[in-house]
Amino acid sequence: MSNTKPSLTVLAWGAVALVALAAVMIFVVAPEDADQGFSQKIFYVHVPIALTAYACFGLGAWKAFRLLATRGERYDLESYTGVHLGTIFGVLTLVTGAIWAKASWGVWWTWSSNQLVLFLVLFLFYCAYFMLRFSVEPGPRRERISAVYALFGVALIPVSFFAIRLANDFIHPTVFTREGPQMTGEMFAAFCVSWASITLLAYVMYRVELAGKRTDANLRELREALQP
Amino acid sequence: MSSADQYVAAAYGVFVVVVLVWVAVLAAKLSRLERETGELVQLARARPVAGEQADG
Repeated sequence: MSNTKPSLTVLAWGAVALVALAAVMIFVVAPEDADQGFSQKIFYVHVPIALTAYACFGLGAWKAFRLLATRGERYDLESYTGVHLGTIFGVLTLVTGAIWAKASWGVWWTWSSNQLVLFLVLFLFYCAYFMLRFSVEPGPRRERISAVYALFGVALIPVSFFAIRLANDFIHPTVFTREGPQMTGEMFAAFCVSWASITLLAYVMYRVELAGKRTDANLRELREALQP
Repeated sequence: MSSADQYVAAAYGVFVVVVLVWVAVLAAKLSRLERETGELVQLARARPVAGEQADG
């Protein structure tokens, strides 16, 4: 069977090149925002990180669905890795968001913004995934329970994502409207490159982490087989 | 350095630090896997080969 996935080395170097290009686009090409000034540059890291967190949780849920549908054991580790990375990017979303909030609104956090609160709920929901997973003995039962939990969480993603539009939130800015992105062409290009670079970086992290977890599992099996 | 500069530096700095911490954690895991693989190789070498066992 041939491996059709692109080489991890190529992807890793691609991520490095894209991150470097994104830095140039953000700090050299994109103009300073007339309203927020230099602190608006946080937008280029905060929003792509948040979108990547959603994508990782979505990937974790998709792999969980595949596990429940096909009983394929390999999907358990893939789902777990997706949720794990989603949590890492979730922490980053909350921290960079808090820094941006302090720079723009003068507060680190506000409970009156539905999108912030719903993202926190989504993040805490997936944090509880680990408590559930590690409270059950490894095996098919743990795989199924973890998969069902990861799948339930995916319902929170569209709610969190569209909360700002549904609730007509006036605190959290809406940059992407039906009329298109509310920014200049250079700013939008910088955003797209930054988003692509962080998504690729997350995919590389996913592949590396998954390889590590699989090797760990294989070594455990090998140890059991070799030990008298 | 203005306060806006400091906030931007902090946001990007947090991102870089988290990625570096992830790399460090992975490096530690890789080092553990390398040690465990070495132990398993020794364990496999110490086991008598099936043919040798039958001859003996």
